[in-house]
Amino acid sequence: MLYREVGQYKTTYEADHAIFPLLQDRIGIAVILAIAFLFVPFTASDFVVNSMLIPILIFALAAIGLNLLTGYAGLISLGTGGFMGVGAYGCYKLATAFPQVNILVPILLSGFFSAAVGVVFGLPSLRIKGFYLAVATLASQFFLSWCFVRVPWLVNYNVSGAIEVPTRTFFGIPITGPNATATTRYLVVLAVVVAMTWLASNLVHGRIGRMWMAVRDMDIAAELIGIRLYRTKLLAFAVSSFYAGVAGAMLVFLWLGASEADSFDINASFLVLFMVIIGGLGSLLGSYLGSVLILGLPIVLRTLPGSLGVPLNSATVEHLQFMIVGALIILFLIVEPNGLARLWQIGKQKLRVWPFPY
Amino acid sequence: MDLLYQIFIDPFVQMGTAPDLLVQTLWEGLVGGVLYSLIALGFVLIFKASGVFNFAQGIMVVFAAMSLVSLYGLGIPAFVALALTFAIMLALAWGVERLVLRPLVNQPDIILFMATFGLTYFLIGFGELVFGGEPKVMIADQLFLPRGAYDIKMLGGFVSLQKIDIAATVIASLMVAALAVFFQKTRIGRALRAVADSHRAALSVGISLEQIWVIVWFAAGIVAIVTGIMWGARSQVEFSLQIIALKALPVLILGGFTSIPGAIVGGVIIGVGEKLGEFYWGPLLGSGIESWLAYMIALAFLLFRPQGLFGEKIIERV
Amino acid sequence: MRAPSSEVLAGQVLLSVENVSLSFGGVKAIRDVSFDIRKGEIRAIIGPNGAGKTSLLNVINGFYQPQEGRITFRGETREKMRPYAAARGGIARTFQNVALFKGMSALDNIMTGRSLKMNRGFVWQLLRHGPALAEEVEHRRRVEEIIDFLEINAIRRVQVGRLPYGLQKRVELGRALAMEPDLLLLDEPMAGMNLEEKEDMSRFVLDVNNHYGTTIALIEHDMGVVMDLSNRVLVLDYGRKIADGTPDEVKADRNVIDAYLGVAH
Repeated sequence: MLYREVGQYKTTYEADHAIFPLLQDRIGIAVILAIAFLFVPFTASDFVVNSMLIPILIFALAAIGLNLLTGYAGLISLGTGGFMGVGAYGCYKLATAFPQVNILVPILLSGFFSAAVGVVFGLPSLRIKGFYLAVATLASQFFLSWCFVRVPWLVNYNVSGAIEVPTRTFFGIPITGPNATATTRYLVVLAVVVAMTWLASNLVHGRIGRMWMAVRDMDIAAELIGIRLYRTKLLAFAVSSFYAGVAGAMLVFLWLGASEADSFDINASFLVLFMVIIGGLGSLLGSYLGSVLILGLPIVLRTLPGSLGVPLNSATVEHLQFMIVGALIILFLIVEPNGLARLWQIGKQKLRVWPFPY
Repeated sequence: MDLLYQIFIDPFVQMGTAPDLLVQTLWEGLVGGVLYSLIALGFVLIFKASGVFNFAQGIMVVFAAMSLVSLYGLGIPAFVALALTFAIMLALAWGVERLVLRPLVNQPDIILFMATFGLTYFLIGFGELVFGGEPKVMIADQLFLPRGAYDIKMLGGFVSLQKIDIAATVIASLMVAALAVFFQKTRIGRALRAVADSHRAALSVGISLEQIWVIVWFAAGIVAIVTGIMWGARSQVEFSLQIIALKALPVLILGGFTSIPGAIVGGVIIGVGEKLGEFYWGPLLGSGIESWLAYMIALAFLLFRPQGLFGEKIIERV
Repeated sequence: MRAPSSEVLAGQVLLSVENVSLSFGGVKAIRDVSFDIRKGEIRAIIGPNGAGKTSLLNVINGFYQPQEGRITFRGETREKMRPYAAARGGIARTFQNVALFKGMSALDNIMTGRSLKMNRGFVWQLLRHGPALAEEVEHRRRVEEIIDFLEINAIRRVQVGRLPYGLQKRVELGRALAMEPDLLLLDEPMAGMNLEEKEDMSRFVLDVNNHYGTTIALIEHDMGVVMDLSNRVLVLDYGRKIADGTPDEVKADRNVIDAYLGVAH
């Protein structure tokens, strides 16, 4: 009864073309944003913010990036981890080369590094498709992983071989480094992620989004209506890698605080890919849901046996976690290949006709 | 100038001055390539017959090897353990067909591909839970695999051939021959090729998809056992082998996803190219380039022949 | 029967194909075919299955590159067409087996046809306000006109993969029309349709030709439709041109009758 479009007439194409044409959706988004910005920072404990909210947001951003490439443009990539790494190392180089510049600038600029690298590794996408392309992106992943380990210049010749995040302030408040509070970092991450989600949503609802989907669904027809495949695909690689890069930079600067090369190895790529699949290919909302599920599951698994009084050692929990994630992926694909986002849509449809489904 | 010299001249000078080392490197590349080929073969079998890009082939290798070693560890005689491992792989094939493939029939390829990711993760977790995470030693002696090496005097030096490597090459060749005969000459082989071309058409002439899938996954399982034993005997059995198995992917790119000879030739090219690159050019870049060189070789190759070595040129129609 | 108006017969040539040959490996799909399409006409291409009709369309809009021959479009002669150049120059087409973007709604499919006409850059697309939104809305208005014209208002929000075949064909025509083409290539627009659907589709084809003045080349197997709609007919068999002329001329042609009915040996 509550969720219904009845009575909401649209008199202009502007209104009909809006991203959230329904009033209820717009109210819902406003409420969620209000809670996230105004309520959570004052109520959530540091543990929740640090070990759940921040990583979920950061990985959701990376998942959005991959979703633009795989879900919208139909190009499979197993190289997200590497592109995130480029962002992180790029940000570190910028932040240490120009210490006086506000830290947000290098975080956002680092996306351009990963975008450039993404375009280079996207070049084969004109000639190769599908699984072949997936393997090509693996090349980028392994090559970049190797660079992170072997090129000491990237970490300014630190003996540890790791990025050590310096403390940087914004209007006198430390937002990176060991002195920054969890809440401050959360707010910065939230602001960046919300803004970039909004931009991504604009993109996919306009001409460029349609061109990507056209290439995904039927590249031949797309080419014959005048879409230049190469440009369109490379643009998808660039935008996608940009998102991954910013996510990688935030991962190190606003969450981990220090990072070694293996934060960005092939497992990171898989992790993000799982989020996209489970969340739903071609859905921005799905990227968030996937991130919540994939990152939330281990936490639940770690705390659940203890609270039920079943003692399990941490190795067993980790093994169980692999099994459950694996089984869940298969289960999701069987039950709903279009992911959590599709379930959400079905739920909305049910809600629309509730309580009289016939 | 100096750099150009180091890239284009120096490695070849080295090859010329120490030909025995070159032969040794080539041999090691060849053996490495054969092992890549074996994993790639598992991929090809499943891809040919079901169109599924089986990401789990690598973990199947580890899983088979782990099962074998652990069963032996329980006090079961080696060859009984081997037989039981075959049974385990059959059960796995059946389970995969029942629980993963059958419910996903007629889904797009990418969905099935993703499902094998899930399978990989499941098997990693399950394997580590059952067998423990520690590396294990392959029971090579108990399976009468040879040990030691032949040292051959040639080209003014020594070339050392590990017997286990020779055995691996021989067994791999036999297995490929057997598979080729199976595919080309038997009724089941014909059915497999039919399914590979079109699921629906095969169904319509009365071929049972379920049965075929169990058979190919079991065949891939057997390949996995052999690969696991050989690979395990050369180093040790551990779960991280699973990632190395991804090296089979560039092999597939070179050879094409559906060609058995392609998998072999591709494997050898990758194996040899990788070892030569690492040995002669690696020091220039600070070593460790083995981790990505194979992919780069494949990538460079793709740009010139997108359909692989043995693939047919695709004519797109609308 | 549509009498070929004198205006069309005397009209200027929009596209001409000269001595085009196309082969795949050893298979010759098109052998030395020459023909032209005049501005404003409806040109039918007929022939038995495998005669090279679709390949000919593919050559015209640059999807296949012929080994020999020349193509002149709007006075510009080239060895081979490129898909982008063809689209930019105003050639649109539909496909034998519907080639819609299955994951998108009917509306979005047709909007995609306007991609070439939309030129607000990436930054505006990111913001989706001001000029970008105005452009989006302006094109939406044009697309709605097409939707009205094709009478598919009710399905504009439906994902096209779920639509029945006949409607998919209509959406595909809509996507081609959205490009505002000068030359529209229709590959079996009525295949697999019942009589009523064929009548609808014929009406759309004629209306497009009359109202927008769009030149149309169509491949069709239904002889009744071909004879009624077209001004001139090109007949292919085994990749060769065997006849070319008005429907009446073609109907009486010995070679055509042989190709369709077989020759007594």
